[in-house]
Amino acid sequence: MAKQLAFYVDINKCSGCKACQVACKDKSSLPVGVRWRRVFQYEGGEWIDQSGQMIPSNVYAYSVSSACMHCAKPICMDVCPTSAISKRDDGIVLINADMCIGCRYCSWACPYGAPQFNEELSVMTKCDMCHDLVDMGERPACVEACPYRAMDFGALDELQAKHGTFADPAPLPDPSITEPAVVYTPNKVTKSSRNANGRLMNLEEL
Amino acid sequence: MTQNNFLTKALNDTVMTRRSFLKWSAAIGGTAALAGGVDFGLKAIEGAAAAGEEQTLTVGCYHNCGGRCILATKVKDGTLQRIVPDPTPVEEETAEVPRAIPCVRGRSQIRRVYAPDRLKYPLKRVGKRGEGKFERISWEEALDTIASEMKRIKESYGNEAFYFNYAWGVTWNGPDGSSIIQRMLNLFGGYVGYYGTYSEAAYGVAMPYILGGYTGNSADDVVNSKLVLLLGDNSLVTRSGGDNGGYWYMKAAEKGTKFIVVDPMLTDTVAATQGEWIPINPGTDTALIAAMAYVMVKENLYDKEFMATHAAGFDESTLPEGAPRNSSYMAYLTGKGYDKVEKTPEWAAAITGIPAERIANLAREIASVKPCAIIQCWGPQRRAYGEQFVRAVPILAAMTGNFGISGGNTGQLPGGGYCPMGGIPVPPNPVQISIPCFMWPDFVTRGTEMTVEKDYIRGASTGWNATAGDTTTTQANKDLRLKSNMKFMWNHGGNCIINQHADVNYTRKVLEDDSKLEMIVTVEVGMTPSAVYSDIILPGTTGFEVDNIITGEGHGIKGNHAWALYNHKVIEPMFEAKDDVWIAEQLAERLGFGDKFRDGHATREDWMRDMVAGAQASVSNFPSLEEFKEKGYFKLPGGKPFVGFEAFRADPEANPLGTATGKIEIYSPVLANLKNEEIPPIPIYIPEWEGVSDPLREKYPLMMMTTHFIARSHSTFENVDILREAHPQCIWINPLDAEARGIKNGDTVKVYNDRGIVHIPAYVTNRIRPGTTNIPQGAHYTPNADGVDIRGCGNTLTNYRPTPMAKGFTAHTNLVQVERL
Ligand code: SF4
Ligand code: SF4
Ligand code: SF4
Repeated sequence: MAKQLAFYVDINKCSGCKACQVACKDKSSLPVGVRWRRVFQYEGGEWIDQSGQMIPSNVYAYSVSSACMHCAKPICMDVCPTSAISKRDDGIVLINADMCIGCRYCSWACPYGAPQFNEELSVMTKCDMCHDLVDMGERPACVEACPYRAMDFGALDELQAKHGTFADPAPLPDPSITEPAVVYTPNKVTKSSRNANGRLMNLEEL
Repeated sequence: MTQNNFLTKALNDTVMTRRSFLKWSAAIGGTAALAGGVDFGLKAIEGAAAAGEEQTLTVGCYHNCGGRCILATKVKDGTLQRIVPDPTPVEEETAEVPRAIPCVRGRSQIRRVYAPDRLKYPLKRVGKRGEGKFERISWEEALDTIASEMKRIKESYGNEAFYFNYAWGVTWNGPDGSSIIQRMLNLFGGYVGYYGTYSEAAYGVAMPYILGGYTGNSADDVVNSKLVLLLGDNSLVTRSGGDNGGYWYMKAAEKGTKFIVVDPMLTDTVAATQGEWIPINPGTDTALIAAMAYVMVKENLYDKEFMATHAAGFDESTLPEGAPRNSSYMAYLTGKGYDKVEKTPEWAAAITGIPAERIANLAREIASVKPCAIIQCWGPQRRAYGEQFVRAVPILAAMTGNFGISGGNTGQLPGGGYCPMGGIPVPPNPVQISIPCFMWPDFVTRGTEMTVEKDYIRGASTGWNATAGDTTTTQANKDLRLKSNMKFMWNHGGNCIINQHADVNYTRKVLEDDSKLEMIVTVEVGMTPSAVYSDIILPGTTGFEVDNIITGEGHGIKGNHAWALYNHKVIEPMFEAKDDVWIAEQLAERLGFGDKFRDGHATREDWMRDMVAGAQASVSNFPSLEEFKEKGYFKLPGGKPFVGFEAFRADPEANPLGTATGKIEIYSPVLANLKNEEIPPIPIYIPEWEGVSDPLREKYPLMMMTTHFIARSHSTFENVDILREAHPQCIWINPLDAEARGIKNGDTVKVYNDRGIVHIPAYVTNRIRPGTTNIPQGAHYTPNADGVDIRGCGNTLTNYRPTPMAKGFTAHTNLVQVERL
């Protein structure tokens, strides 16, 4: 069995620029409304009155770049009535467009909102981990696109050995639901799904 | 969406679902016209790769963010496939010369080439100017019309009726770009030029009076800093790709450099460098600087010796000859100056909104942590009294001992390396007169009345070189006058006619009367608001459709190295698009000086060969044109980071600055001579009109900025659907201001003042100071039937009132009111 492939994002190096998202859309010619990679802006804190002067209190912000997590327990695959979703040997989860009937069960089930319905094609689509590039020994388009080298890609166990196992920077959900193949390095202000006290700000990513 | 989707939780706080966002985009004509069904007129390039074969070729990101990153595109069967980053092999990447990976904008270039609003044919206006009614004409007719109008206008008004408008949508070194058109215009008898920029007018004009020139440390030097103090610098957004400021700031943060950022907004630069945010009231930085200097003076925290030997007018003992008593910066700080007010932290707290204790501690920190890079960027100088800010920051750098050392900075914007590359030769302009670029509407309405003293018109200018031809502070040519108002404007890939210039509604009025400015010619790739106000529109090629050369250039804040890029023609010109060389040459023929124009350059390649020869003359290992084309780029390592004014620091007598005194001229005798209260000899805090203390805030309480935006280089890329999707246009507003108005995140709001009205979604965020708002610049002005802009063009609300000295754009000084719609 090949090793499960995974994404890595160092939140310390991410500015929230979305070059990764746009590179993904460029590579896979995705229409507006279909975002296989999304970058969540997360923000917390408030402004308080300090003897007549307004000052920020614990105001923080960070970004989380996220796509399909090619999970160990892909719930999308479980709910698909036509078995259009499969998991490759190397862990990449793929949707077979020919078999997809567009019922959207997978997108409702996936806690990451990764499957994205393509209205033009009337099928569900999602991040395919650039398997065409990966099969040629290249790295995914998003990983290559990051101007600050925040992203990496490789075998999950190797990435975990290097960077730990943190997989749920808020606003991402509890990883126990699907066991995502992803590792994040938090920055100083990153919250986890358990101590999230902020808000998702960029509503366009919903 | 179901319950278990975490994103539904976020919906509690929202009214803008994906559906409503898409609807909003469609309403402004955004997402409706996707690639499907649009005929792009694709043709394979003759002699290109065989059918089915994929090629990877370098192309430039040739717009005006200052980045000029290196990208490549995959092309197959004459169709663009996808963008790939700087093709330099990863093994060749070094710490000093990283690969120039493009930012989010560069990644989207293919959608810009294939944008549904690409101009297909030459167009001639048929309705009233600005009405948007055009008719397709042939190239023959377009060029004949332009040539005959040029001749007519020259005969009736002379060459001083011609103007080449400020425009940077295409920034090739050549052969395309402004130079080739200017070459044609100068052979025709010349045109009125401009000086300064929309970006850094005050910086360019005021900086020479304190430091004699621009020589900040190179951007890669921040990795040597312990502390970086940024004033209004959001390089992670403005220069986010390649090896520009954003990259180096991230490198420094990774190494443990601490960042402190003074900005009304918690920008991406604050968040990404995990810096400390000092949220300041817009337009009050000079008060903060004065108070910090005051604390350093009171607590003996500054480099007294350096200030005595290297600065003029810091205190009374170093005032230049002839300066009155108590006119030094020290006198200003200590309450002996013109206003007799001590610049205490308490004084500044009331103005800046920063607690006094925080100001004092900040002063202590930057005075003690060494080395500390104190860096200003250009946002705070695009304000009512921008010149004051520009000259104030270097004082802090000098006082704290960080001037002229590695890891420090001069208080200026960091510089970067430059690859000397030849360009298109532009013969001297026979018209020896220029105007501040921002003041062009005055040239239309009252050009012949403009004077040196009031309007700061000048002798001949070389574009953005701010000191060339200065007649305002010298006695030369005081009586300079324009012989005509503007009658002909060439707008070359620019959007400063309507979109990027202040007060759209005023400019519209100026232009709607076409008896004043009789002819506007625009060369563009897409239908911009400025194109809509043109009389003839010529469809230009994008970078992907013709060979060009570009260099990563000096005003981008970069590492101390440089590159030149060979931009390949990767597809045939779309529709009837033509390149600039062809356009200029066709006109030169019609105007009777084709041979003189060509000067022996029969083909595009001949021009490029000259450019390469120019590079080879100064860089011995610069490759031949053929090798350059084959590899696609040439990188020029610069070694260690550059340190600005190092020699001056070591020996100020032997290496004086270019100021009148040769010192860091805090008191400028030249400016004192102007005897203008708004241009004082020392940099002071001047309360702004439409600023924090303007009584107009009773009517329009919110201070509105129009900052740069990650999804655009100014207004370039605005037509790219996936960028608008990734970073939608919104107005930033603090929750306290939003709640008071019943506004929730995602609500569409009405933003207005006496100059105009904008409808735009609100981004309700703690990342902006209460009392402050921001509409990112560059969205395309799109009026509805009531004249309300519905796409979020901030210049519907900005003021055509320039800075006092540079006559620069005051883009960030505006008062507005915001209401829920
Ligand atoms: S490209 Fe890199 S920095 Fe930009 S959003 Fe993606 S991960 Fe973050
Ligand atoms: S992220 Fe969602 S779509 Fe991707 S494998 Fe996991 S459950 Fe399936
Ligand atoms: S791996 Fe490929 S498909 Fe998946 S998000 Fe990255 S670019 Fe998109």
